[in-house]
Amino acid sequence: MKKVFERPASLRAVPTHYCSGCGHSIVHRLVCEVIDELGIREDVIAVCPVGCAVIAYEYWDFDCSEAPHGRTPCVATGIKRVHPDKVVFSYQGDGDLAAIGTAEIIHTANRGENITVFFINNGVYGMTNGQMAPTTLIGQKTSTSIHGRDITRDGYPMKMSELLSQLPGAKYIERVSVDNPANVLKTRAAIKKALKCQMEGKGFSLVEILSPCPTYWGLSPKDACRRIEDEMSKAFPLGVIKDA
Amino acid sequence: MAKILMCGNEVIGEAAVHAGCTFYAGYPITPQNELTHYMSFRMQEAGGTFIQAESELAAINLVLGASAAGARAMTSSSSPGISLKQEGISYMAACQLPAVIVNMMRGGPGLGNIAPSQADYFQATRGGGHGDYRTMVLAPSTVEEAWNLTQLAFDLADEYRNPVMILGDGILGQMMEPVEVVRRHLNGRNAVSSHKPWALTGCKGRKPNVVRSLFLGEGELEELNRIMQMKYNKIKSKEPRFESLYTEDSDLVVVAYGTTSRIVRSAISKARHEHLHVGMFRPVTLWPFPEAQLQKLARKSKAFLVVEMSAGQMLDDVKLSILGQRPIHFHGRAGGGVPTEEAIIEAIKDILKPKSRKRVYA
Amino acid sequence: MKEEIIFAGFGGQGIMVMGKVLAWAAMKEGLKVTWMPSYGAEVRGGTAHSMVVISDEMVPSPVVTSPTACVVMNRPSMDRYEDSLAPSGTLIVNETLIDRQPSRGDIDVLRIPVTKMATDMGNTRIANMIALGALNAKLKLVSMRALVDALKDVIPPDKHSLLPMNEQALKEGARLVARQ
Repeated sequence: MKKVFERPASLRAVPTHYCSGCGHSIVHRLVCEVIDELGIREDVIAVCPVGCAVIAYEYWDFDCSEAPHGRTPCVATGIKRVHPDKVVFSYQGDGDLAAIGTAEIIHTANRGENITVFFINNGVYGMTNGQMAPTTLIGQKTSTSIHGRDITRDGYPMKMSELLSQLPGAKYIERVSVDNPANVLKTRAAIKKALKCQMEGKGFSLVEILSPCPTYWGLSPKDACRRIEDEMSKAFPLGVIKDA
Repeated sequence: MAKILMCGNEVIGEAAVHAGCTFYAGYPITPQNELTHYMSFRMQEAGGTFIQAESELAAINLVLGASAAGARAMTSSSSPGISLKQEGISYMAACQLPAVIVNMMRGGPGLGNIAPSQADYFQATRGGGHGDYRTMVLAPSTVEEAWNLTQLAFDLADEYRNPVMILGDGILGQMMEPVEVVRRHLNGRNAVSSHKPWALTGCKGRKPNVVRSLFLGEGELEELNRIMQMKYNKIKSKEPRFESLYTEDSDLVVVAYGTTSRIVRSAISKARHEHLHVGMFRPVTLWPFPEAQLQKLARKSKAFLVVEMSAGQMLDDVKLSILGQRPIHFHGRAGGGVPTEEAIIEAIKDILKPKSRKRVYA
Repeated sequence: MKEEIIFAGFGGQGIMVMGKVLAWAAMKEGLKVTWMPSYGAEVRGGTAHSMVVISDEMVPSPVVTSPTACVVMNRPSMDRYEDSLAPSGTLIVNETLIDRQPSRGDIDVLRIPVTKMATDMGNTRIANMIALGALNAKLKLVSMRALVDALKDVIPPDKHSLLPMNEQALKEGARLVARQ
């Protein structure tokens, strides 16, 4: 009988700690699928963020480092500069990349560091009980915006990909989502394209992935996916933002 | 090889290159800028990497990455910048990553001034950031010693897989002194250090390596701390370094390190001309503090005088070494002031000839 | 023997170089030496200084508060350092740019129009070396040979065409003192 679905070799056979319906599990797997496809498992070094994905190395069967909150691209840069022949990526959430690590991601992109960033945007701080993130939508209720995000108090959802695309050092930036099978396949293609961008020595690449957090959105996994389509992707439009 | 004149900051840079440092990241701050300037071209010449980081936080974490990747890596700054680096230093200690961090101290607290100071002693020797960890701290007092200790710092960092700090001040960083630029082989340590099986190099032919400091499992973090403390105990027993001068016949021992010890040395030489039995004890490693070695002096000497460019920080370690067996006096200048030779001699006389004047130190 | 010397003037007068040449020369002669620049905020505001300590014993502090000799290349420097000079210290004054007499009577003053002399010799920028040559001759610190040799270490290789002119300036300064 033909095998039509199997665990990628780069993904360890361990039970997941992520909540049901969480996008991290899907993206973790996609990253592994692409690494297998490109045959680079032994050449990859990943940097995991502070946030729910901090223990991504429990799932990924390749070299990994942690990083202090927000400094993820710095650690990735340090590694890449020492091993320019390896494929180095950071995996960051919205708190990590768009709040505490804003300066780091901007300057890493601006130096045109030849690394890849997978930016998981779910609009909340999942690990610390669902506080408002820079990417939280206007009106969205979180544990620090119980009446909904208010622009007069909290400012606007931050479009990091658009912001980073202004920098000449950034070569490839695309926003995708994992809310339905078609978009999951697009995400897989973007991950592959970003890693290839690095392998071809082109420079900084980033894939922003709109990802459901049913737990802190207070929705069922299915409704969380629907929210990405109905609300989130309106504020954060999907598509290639830069391909230089 | 002939001696050349170099400033402390530049010498540390050149010594780092000689020690095999291939990665430097820094951010501008006085009085350590010469080191960043030097590394900006010297790293390139030596085939290494120089990054002018967007912040001190970025610099230390760039170093963290380079170190995790197996490189000998360094960053430098001065007091306010070192405060920012504490995050990364704590992570590196926990991840058991080697690195050399240079602090050319300036007057504080806050933005302070750019005058020389020794007010970061507590921060340097007590860990500085969060958690139970220590960094080894080497305190050169001359440019020549900065050359030697910088190279030693890289070896110690690799040997113990722990950050090592070079603690100087604005004077040491800025002043030029003669130095002989030759590679010194320090107890063959260099040979040990190049093998880093834990480094992130891609998992070809081995199980994946993980560099981490998060341990949520029951007892896991306690175990890491136990391992770290074992390491620190080993460092405490093996690595204290010091210099003593005239301590064999001294009624009074002056304890000072770094730039201050230079002034004390001169004051002591003058005091001995006046037949005062005074000596000097100079810790070269501030952590581990040469506690046992200083404690021994309490048997022979009647009193101790601590001189620092601070309100009294190393003073605590001297007290912890002497354990109340002898009186300990203090003379210090905080906020960028430099103790003068005259003031030190006066303090020595006040202690050794107490009847001549009533004055209380410490 | 211990001399603590401050060189002071405005940016562009070669104040750092003056100190460095003396420091290198002293090192070559086997003396203990330190050189210390003015740095950071001190550099702002027009005056710059460098401090050189030469001794046959280890130099305790490179920071000079009470110099045994001082070379002042402009008026603000004279105003700033005259009072700090140790009793019976030596003050070398750039007469071209300093229009007032020193007020102290307990010091040894040498007034030389170094800027004018340098201009007459064809390059204003060698005024520093005339002053250094004079200071060295006055205090008998190091040999002329060591000073000339030190020029090569301090002046960057791409400017070595200027070496003869600097050497001439050092000697001119020394000659001036010898004549007195």
